[in-house]
Parts: sequence; structure tokens; C-alpha cells
Amino acid sequence: MSCIVEHYDICVVGAGHAGCEAALAASRLGLNTMLFTISIDSIALMPCNPNIGGTSKGHLVREIDALGGEMAKNIDKTFLQSKMLNRSKGPAVHSLRAQADKAAYSTEMRKTLQSQERLTIKQAEVAEIMADEKNGTYVITGVKTVSGGTYHAKAVILCTGTYLKARCLTGEMVSHTGPNGLLAANYLSDSLKSYGVEIFRFKTGTPARIDKNSIDFSKMKEQFGDEKVVPFSFTTNPDDVQIDQVSCWLTYTNEKTHEIIKRNLDRSPLFAGIIEGTGPRYCPSIEDKVVKFADKDRHQVFIEPEGLLTNEMYVGGMSSSLPEDVQYQMYRTVPGLEHAKIVRNAYAIEYDCINPNQLDPTLEFKNIKGLFCGGQFNGSSGYEEAACQGLIAGINASMYIKGKEPLVLDRSEAYIGVLIDDLVTKENNEPYRMMTSRAEYRLILRQDNADLRLSEKGYEVGLLPKERYDWVLEKKKMIAVEMERVSKVMIGANKKVQDFLLSCGSIPLNTGTSLAELIRRPELTYEALLPIDENRPDLPEEVREQVNINIKYDGYITRQMKQVEQFKKLEKKKLSKDMDYDDIYGLRIEAAQKLNKIKPVSIGQASRISGVSPADISVILIYLEQRKYRKEGK
Amino acid sequence: MRTDTITAIATALSDSGIGIIRISGARAIEVADKVIKLKEKKKRIYDCPTHTVHYGFVVDGAEIIDEVIVIVMKAPRSYTREDTIEINCHGGILVTNKILDLVIKNGARPADPGEFTKRAFLNGRIDLAQAESVIDIIHAKNDFALKSSVSQLNGAVSDAISDLRGKILHEIAYIESAIDDPEHYQLEDYGIVLSGKLDLILDRVNELLKNAENSSILKEGINTVIVGKPNSGKSSLLNTLVGKERAIVTEIAGTTRDAIEEQIRLNGISLNVIDTAGIRATEDKVEKIGVNKAKEYLEKSDLIIYVIDASVSLTSDDKEIIKMIKDRNVIVLLNKSDLTAIIQEEDLKKYLDKKIISVSAKYRTGIEDLEHAIEEMFFHGKIKMNDEVYITNARHKSSLLCARNSLGLVKQSIEEGMPEDFYSFDLMNAYEELGKIIGESVEDDLVNEIFSKFCMGK
Repeated sequence: MSCIVEHYDICVVGAGHAGCEAALAASRLGLNTMLFTISIDSIALMPCNPNIGGTSKGHLVREIDALGGEMAKNIDKTFLQSKMLNRSKGPAVHSLRAQADKAAYSTEMRKTLQSQERLTIKQAEVAEIMADEKNGTYVITGVKTVSGGTYHAKAVILCTGTYLKARCLTGEMVSHTGPNGLLAANYLSDSLKSYGVEIFRFKTGTPARIDKNSIDFSKMKEQFGDEKVVPFSFTTNPDDVQIDQVSCWLTYTNEKTHEIIKRNLDRSPLFAGIIEGTGPRYCPSIEDKVVKFADKDRHQVFIEPEGLLTNEMYVGGMSSSLPEDVQYQMYRTVPGLEHAKIVRNAYAIEYDCINPNQLDPTLEFKNIKGLFCGGQFNGSSGYEEAACQGLIAGINASMYIKGKEPLVLDRSEAYIGVLIDDLVTKENNEPYRMMTSRAEYRLILRQDNADLRLSEKGYEVGLLPKERYDWVLEKKKMIAVEMERVSKVMIGANKKVQDFLLSCGSIPLNTGTSLAELIRRPELTYEALLPIDENRPDLPEEVREQVNINIKYDGYITRQMKQVEQFKKLEKKKLSKDMDYDDIYGLRIEAAQKLNKIKPVSIGQASRISGVSPADISVILIYLEQRKYRKEGK
Repeated sequence: MRTDTITAIATALSDSGIGIIRISGARAIEVADKVIKLKEKKKRIYDCPTHTVHYGFVVDGAEIIDEVIVIVMKAPRSYTREDTIEINCHGGILVTNKILDLVIKNGARPADPGEFTKRAFLNGRIDLAQAESVIDIIHAKNDFALKSSVSQLNGAVSDAISDLRGKILHEIAYIESAIDDPEHYQLEDYGIVLSGKLDLILDRVNELLKNAENSSILKEGINTVIVGKPNSGKSSLLNTLVGKERAIVTEIAGTTRDAIEEQIRLNGISLNVIDTAGIRATEDKVEKIGVNKAKEYLEKSDLIIYVIDASVSLTSDDKEIIKMIKDRNVIVLLNKSDLTAIIQEEDLKKYLDKKIISVSAKYRTGIEDLEHAIEEMFFHGKIKMNDEVYITNARHKSSLLCARNSLGLVKQSIEEGMPEDFYSFDLMNAYEELGKIIGESVEDDLVNEIFSKFCMGK
């Protein structure tokens, strides 16, 4: 039997949020790219919540945009409602979150992929990776599909999501399918294992979708979007996103709900021990919440639209793997859902993923050259987490083929850097979700300055167009000039000023002061001071915003920058991958084992491995110094 | 590498002799200049050429702390190849410590374990062959620092710090939960609540600092454990030692079920003496705890004083004790020499080949011999006082100060009406600093706390 044989530069396996970004990045960077998906109708599918963004995830979307990725643009075209969260809690934690029209999101992404040059899309299940062995490590050569097709490639990017050996559970009912009843991918895990890849088993879950027509919204609280919508993408014109928004609804569980859940716990596959995978702590099932937080007499439930062309409503806060009959009972205790009709049942899903400690920060396997990966396959969770990894994997697979420097963002440059560093360095026992608390330098990693932080990188790798980068440079210049001006402009204690300050609830001046000093007052802002700032130039809003934040919080920002300086010193001390830590005199065995497994790229990364102490770091530093002398001696 | 300025006491500490405080780093001369007034009119440390010796005073503002000799060594011609100052003072633990504190207050940082040696090496001062010994020094000192965090840290202090850290972490986790999941947790008026909680935390940090100024957080001196069967005269011995010297520094009673601790100074040697429960095989639950505790203390001790009642014969309990201590620094006291002795020195030597002294704790005979024996062991280097205690103490104090400063900054942020996100920045710094005292790092504490205490997510 003869089979198809084709050649590409890059094969991407999976067309979810990671796969789409990876395939777009690779083809945009000039590489001939093949994108495989198990179902052509499930491109950029959102099988769980109908949102893009949210706390810290919104930051990721902005960063993807600044680097030249697609997610922000796609949600700007397809959102139903948008909110800037945490507006009162400090600029670093402002986060955009949008409700997406799922079907539209998927269709728009598909259109973008289809019109992308050098990108081929094919419905097929990839069964094997192919690699040659060279001196103990492998080099990727392509993939094979279940139907026997051979696709040669210089690099392969795995973005298999939750499809590997997927198993869905609703009470006693178990089906061997991927999300939404789609086919699972049952061969690839074994192929990976044959190359020595370490596989984890994780689980996650989703709530039921309920027929909108069966819901009594009068018993719920309506949740509106922001009056003025801020777009995700730095390139979207804000005027284009001022749409008629669709509402969400808030209701609550109650003791009756909890009672039903408790009574039926023995029928929950999780509590009955049928589920083997580890679930995420941040999005517990309602069963988990009721058991773990037994003192809470109610939990919030958000009813969210899934799209304009569907009657399905997502029941946020009530994911479950209880049996169908219990689901009916349970949902119907919630005010407004008394007569709920379930369109799709809630379920838990188990799937294979890898231990991401096997990856370099470039998202390439340490032991398989040319094999990159992103998304839930790497043990993360969430659309945004997936997309940003797909983007980085796509960029680095391209750089690998072109023989150029890979793109690695560090913890002080981007949330993406934090996420990838956590994945490849730390022990990860559950699906990893981005959180603001994971970013130790978050005061400078704001969603408002993602373009200022990352455009240069996006431009250098070749994804961000020159016009865009030129604008960012221009913007930076405007910010600097205005900040300089604002710190020099002196405001005198004249009557106009004093009256103005009083009218703002601010204490009058004793003596003249700079405009910057006034901006630092909590009750004042750069914008508010316009009436007493006579020579203010006309600047774009995005510039004014930066001036305000940088001046208002410069004390904190400066202190954070000092921490970053310390951090950078250790990141700059590079460690070679061929170091054998067993050879280092004085290193504790536990530390040597961990270091040999992770093979950190820098002293900084080494210091973040759990089980590596400051004393171990001293020992490595001395060893490096010793080696340097030895080399110089020769 | 790091260019900040570090300091430590470079000499072994005792009540007599010279104490040297060493300062090294880019700001060494600047720091020294702030604390030293030279005898020569108008001359300052800044003016001193390298490798010169000067006479002057260590001053804290107007107060003269001590008369000192100062040696100035400029980079790269010093041990660390950095600017280095050595202050030779008249010794005495108190004065040396006071100067160390002053140097830290004026901008130096307490050195990490083995840091001078590490810098010397990293700056190319020590040749390659010595690298392994550098690693050993770092390990030894670090092991001590770790050990001291656990065993020498006063139990009450360590509990207090753990408790404060727990409270701080809880607040950070609350803020973070409200930021990560704004629809579940609200921060309205949280600043006021937090401010009240911070006042309580700050009170306790201040209390800890005050204690740290008055005595120390760590127990100083040679860890000396008195063991023996019940009724062999251990407690009378302790009372005799204490009563005679009247130099008790602190008395911590009841830190453990039934071990009593005293600090004693014998001719300038600091002893941290622990009187333990009599060791014997027992079924009594309470007594058993005491016995196990005694065994634990034995493990950690630098010196063991084994008291034997000479008027009764050795039992299986004695054999048990001998087995535990035979490879340690031991002085054996044949007590109750006033009574008819059944056990003779020669008999005992067969089981335990250690220095044996006959005493009567009751009549205070032989006590001087004991003191001489301890002194001899000390001056011959058989037992060592852990000088690292002082620098570790200094580190702890500076961590407490940093924590206090950070907590103050949080209060300031609240008062200035800053958004809540800015609270966690300084709260986290305080949490980290306090962690250094009890030897705990941050790792994934926060994320774990968030998930265990707060119900998050979709």
C-alpha cells in the first residue's frame, strides 16, 4: 500500500489556541507550515468558559499582541461583553476580560489561518513522531498520521491540548473522547514514551450548558460590561469595539444545592476514586468547593452567554462530574434555574500531558532536537496560557530552523516569562494557571505597557511589522519627553492653583512645587491637572496614561527595578547544558540530581529549583570560577 | 559579583583579648569613617593610605564605645581584594558586638556564612587548590547557620516569628485572592482593617527587636549538657555552678518539659548549661518525654558533663548513657565524694576513657577542678564556642529591622491611599525577611495559602 509523503519546514499538531498561534507565527516567519487538527470544525475551539482574558490572563493576551500574535485581534473581532477588572486596585493588576462569541471566535481564527500564506491545514490524527538518534539525543524528522501519511519536517510543534488518551466522565458514565465528544488521540502518547518522554495525567472539568429559554433571569442580578470598552490589541481602533454588549447574570448556590451534592458524593467519579488525573486547585468542581469550604453557605454562579447564535448559557462556578440526574437536581436548586434544561452535561476530562521539566525555556525538548510544544500538553491550563506558549514555540521552532537566537523572555520581562520559567523549572503537580501572585515583578509587568516591554522583541524575531514598531518607539519618546517636562514644570501657589486644588479635595500649596509632585498626590492624576498645566502638549491617551502611572507610582516602580537588577545579575550568569553536576565537589546529592534533571540555563534558574539551597549556588559559583581559571591556565 | 559591603567579627570571642571586626566591600571605608574618630586632629579614615595602622575611637554619635586600632587595606591588596577595614577593639563580647551592630547600622550588611572567604576566592585571591576548602568552609558555616536557626533559636522566638509570618502570609493571600478573583473577594475598606492588624504585628516585631538588643535571639556559648541517672546530683551541680558564679545572663525555665537552662560564664568562657531529666528506662509517660528530650539535647551538645553517684554501683542505665556519649566531649564527675565511694576512677576508666573528676556538689569540693578541665578543653581547642552565633544574631537583627521597615511602608501606602496591589509588595518583603531568621524561604507558600484558605475560580 502506498501512502502520502509530504515535506514541510514545520508540522504543528493541534489547532487549539496554542496550535493556531504556533502555526501563524511559523508561517508568518516564512516557513512552510502544516497544521494538523483532529477536526477541521474545532479550530480555536473554546470547550470550557466563554472568556478571553481575566486577571493575569489579560496580561498574557496583551503580551501575545505585543509580540505579533493573533489572540487579541481575534477576540476584539468577536467579543460580546468586556470589562476591565480591578480598576481600583492598582495599575499593575488591571486586567481585561471579554466574553467571547465562541462560534464567531472559532470562525474568525479559521479565516485568518486559511488566508495565511505558506500555511496548510489538514484534518488528521497524528500517531507518531519520527526522529533520528545522534550521539544519545534525538533529532526530529517529522510525523506520521494514523492513516499512514508521512510528513517530513525540520521541526514539529505539539499542541495536543486535552486530546491525548482523553477520557470524559459524567458520574458513572465514562467515554473515551476528547472535549465536546470529539475524537481522542490515542497513539501519540505511546510514541512519545518510546522516545523516553515522561507523561503526566491531569484532569480538568467544565460545567453544564443550559438552555437560555429555560432560565428565569428575573431572579438573577444582571452583570453589564464597561461603558467604554478597551480593546485587547494595541492595534485595534478603540472606536471599533464600542458595541452593544450582551449581559451576564449572577446567582448563587444555597444549602439545598450543597445538600444534594453531599448526598451524591459517592457517585462522583472524583470522590469515588475513578479519576486518576490531578485537577487544578484554582477551578475546583462544585463538589470540591462544597467539601473543601464546608463553612460557606453559598457560592457564586455566573450565567454567561456562549454566543449570539446559540441558546446555550455557561454556568460559571458549577463545573462538575456528578451523574446527569444529580446535575439536574443540583442546578435546579439555584434561583433562576428552577426549570433549567441542560443542553450539554457537565463533565470532567482526563488527559495525558508531559512533565514540562523536560523542556528548555525555548519550549524545545532537551533530548529531542527540533521538537517543540505548547499549551495543555505542557501541563498548563487556560486558553491564554496555551496561546502564549504556542506563540513562543512557533517563534523558537522557526528560529531553530533559521539558525537564529531563540526568544526567551525572563521573569522580569513578561508574564509569559514567568509562566514558562515556572513550567520548566518548578515542580508542577496540577494544571498550571497564570496568577498575578506568581509574577514577583508585576509592578512593571503591566497590561498597559506590554507594547513598550515587548515590541522590540516581536520586531526582532520578525513577527511585528516595522510600522508598528516605529510607532512604539515614537510613543516611548513622547512618554520620556512629557515625563521630563512634568517634573520640570513648576506650579506656583497662586489663587487659581489653590482654588483648583481645593475643588479637587486636595490640600493647597505652601510653596511652589513641580507638576510631578502634584500628580503623586493620591486624589490627583495627570489628567485631572490639565486646568493648571497651561503648556500641556496634545498627546495620545496611551501616552498620557503611561506618564500618569510612571510618575504617580515611581517610588514603588523604582524599588521594583532594583529587585529586577539583582535578579538580572543571576540570570546573566549562564550555565552550560553539558555540566555534569555529579562532578561538582561539595554539591549535595539531592541538589545535583535536581540540577541534572532540569539543566538550568542560568544561575538564576538554578536558584529557583526547589531543593537547591543558597549554599549549593555558592558551590556552583566557585566551581565555575575554578573552571574558568583552569581554562585560562591552558 | 556582589559589591555590597559586608561585616563580621573575625576573631574568636571571649571576655579577654582583642576582638576584630572586619568590613569589606565598596563602601567599607565610608562605613568605617562614620563610626571611627581618629586621634589625630582632623584626620579621617578617608585620608588614610592603604596598609596603615591608626589609633582612634569607635563612636556612636557623641558616645565613645571603645578605644581601637584600625587597619586600612584598599582594594585589591586585601584578603577579599575589596576595600577592607579591620577594627581591633579591646574585646569583650559586649563591646565587640556593640561595634558590629554600629557598623551594620551605618550601612554594612552582616556577612553570609563563609562570605569573606567566598569573595576572596571569587575575586581571585585564593588559588585553585584551595577551592575545595572554600566549599568546606561555606558548608560548615552554612550548616551552623541552619542548625542555629533550628536548635539555638530560642523556642519562643521561633514560634513568635512563625506566627507573625503566618499572619502576614494570610493577609497577602487575601489581597491576592481578591485581585485574582475580584468577583469572589472584595477589598472595600480593607486598608483600615489591615492597618489595625499591622499595628499588632509591628508591636510584636518591636518586642522581638527589643529582646534582640537586650540579650540576643540566639543562645550564646558552649552548649553543655548535664546528664546522669536520676538523683545523681545533677541539679545540685548546676546550682553550685550558678551560685558560685552569679553570672547568669538569662534563665529560660520550662522551655521544654523538664530541662532547665542557664547561662554561666566561667573565666570568660560562656557556657549554655542544660540540666536534663535523669536518664533511665521508664514506663512513665511524662518521664519518658523528659528522657527522650535529654537524649535530643545530648545530640546537639558541644560538651557533656556526666554525673555519677559514686556511692551506688553502676547499673544498666549507666551503661546506656555511656554508650550514647562515648565518642563525645565528656567530663565525668564522680559525685558525692563526701560519702563512701563504691565506684572508683579506675573501675570507670574501663568503660569510659574520659577525664574524671571527684566532686561533692553539695560541699562544693572539686568544682574548681571541673572549671580547669573545661578551660583546658576550650583553650586546647577540643571544644569550641560557636562564634557564628554573633554574626547570626546580627543577621537576625537586621532581618527584623528590614521587616519592620517593610511593614512601615505598607502602613504608609495605606495612609497615602495607595491601591491595594502596592500593599502586597512590601508585605511580601517583610514575609521574606522574617523567613530568613527561621531558615525558611518563600517558594510556593503564597499560591498554596491562596488555594487552601480561599475558594477561588470559575
